[in-house]
Amino acid sequence: MVDTVDKQTNGKSKEVLTDCEVINNRDGYSFHSFFADIGALSSFTLRFFREAIRPPYEFNEFLRQSYLIGVKSFGLVGITGFIMGLVLTIQSRPTLAVFGAEAWLPAMVAISIVREIGPVITAVICAGKVGSSIGAELASMKVTEQIDAMEVSGINPFNYIVVTRVLACTFMIPLLTVFADAIGLLGGFAGVNIKGDTSFSLYFLQVFNSLDFMDLFPSLIKSFFFGQAVGIIGCYKGYNCNEGTEGVGKAANSAVVMASLSIFIIDMVAVQITSFFM
Amino acid sequence: MEEKTILADPIPQEKESKEAVVDIKGLKKTFGSKKVLKSITLTLAKGENLVVLGKSGTGKSVLIKCMMRLIQPDEGEIQVLGKNILQLKEKELNDMRKSIGFLFQSAALYDSMTVGENLEFPLRGEKKVSVEEKSKRVVEALQNVGLQDSINKMPSELSGGMRKRIGLARTMMLKPKIMLYDEPTTGLDPITSKEISKLILDVQKKYNTSSIIITHDMECARITANRIIILKEGEVAIEGTYEELKKSEDEWIRSFFE
Repeated sequence: MVDTVDKQTNGKSKEVLTDCEVINNRDGYSFHSFFADIGALSSFTLRFFREAIRPPYEFNEFLRQSYLIGVKSFGLVGITGFIMGLVLTIQSRPTLAVFGAEAWLPAMVAISIVREIGPVITAVICAGKVGSSIGAELASMKVTEQIDAMEVSGINPFNYIVVTRVLACTFMIPLLTVFADAIGLLGGFAGVNIKGDTSFSLYFLQVFNSLDFMDLFPSLIKSFFFGQAVGIIGCYKGYNCNEGTEGVGKAANSAVVMASLSIFIIDMVAVQITSFFM
Repeated sequence: MEEKTILADPIPQEKESKEAVVDIKGLKKTFGSKKVLKSITLTLAKGENLVVLGKSGTGKSVLIKCMMRLIQPDEGEIQVLGKNILQLKEKELNDMRKSIGFLFQSAALYDSMTVGENLEFPLRGEKKVSVEEKSKRVVEALQNVGLQDSINKMPSELSGGMRKRIGLARTMMLKPKIMLYDEPTTGLDPITSKEISKLILDVQKKYNTSSIIITHDMECARITANRIIILKEGEVAIEGTYEELKKSEDEWIRSFFE
């Protein structure tokens, strides 16, 4: 029977168990570890809020991370946004044509992109690109004792490493979402003109006429939460890596999986809340 | 002609009269069911170099990590510079940590920073130290380890020995009173190991630091130790000078020196 499993030893107490006992305990341990993980993540999130308001404020590191997370992701988000708008328009045209509603194509594309597709796709791309990179970087820092080195220098590593990255994700992912929306609408314009002839000004007139405050505002708010989820989960997985070099890969992988899943869960909740106000 | 190696004094001058900068009593730490530290009691005198030997897994690294509170011990008392480190609050602990330099086995240089930035990093919270003073200290620290040309290099461009030297220079930035070395010569060739050992001795003499050196390298122990303790199964098995332990009649102790 394993009484306690110390994180530092990665469950070395299992050494005293027979192979059979380890297998028998595996399901129970996984079940337990799932809830332990949720608890630890909540505690990590609370610590983030506590540390975020406490000085010293690492403004330069926040700017550096914003550059790495935001500016370096513009290209990928832009290309994806354009393709997203283009494909959505091409795919939707035949269905609308059946009802003779092709004139509604710009409005439909605009609402789809701004309300849902833009924020979610941007966040999922960032979960893959940024979440995995944060998870791997922090795990590698943990494994090579760089985090301990900060601690022994009397510097709070949580403040320097975690707070700056989470805040950068929280502010950059909404900006990337706005950028993806804009490029997605341009993609939509290209899509409309593949089999039609709509001027740039008419297309965007229809786009802006179809959008109102309640399309933009909730999607921006939820992209803040998406950003925070990507940052916190990436940092949590990396900061708590205790399994040597193998753990670096695991941290990156589980950061992407968990962040992507949490994006869809947040989206589901956000849609319910938004529909309550509309 | 073979160069004569300068060694640490076997018995530190006025050892008896010198105050203890580290005083550990009854330290215990268990991981799961494995008792790593059973009951460690030791003292480190001011200006002394204490080498800790022992087989892998006997808790040498755990011992010095407990001293920095990177690992929380289960029982015991650790007095560092007159303060019980286990009872310090976060701010006091951070201040105390600035008095203790820690050289990690891997040197633990920050990969995303240049050598200069790595060295300046421990000073980031020091508002009393001006920008000019920080730059001056960086240059001085690099000169001390003979790597003044590496200031703009990234850690990935450095060899193992250079990384260790830079790691040592970084720990010296806050001018600590106590130094903890976790296997400082592991993974280095004999010549570089000897250079690092000499650097440890230089640091002791120049800054009058007291040091605990965890090592498996007997040449490093020979060069740097004023006193040696050997850990066996989480306890201090024996202590003495290098020469005393080398002449021991106990076969297990002699096996370290063969």
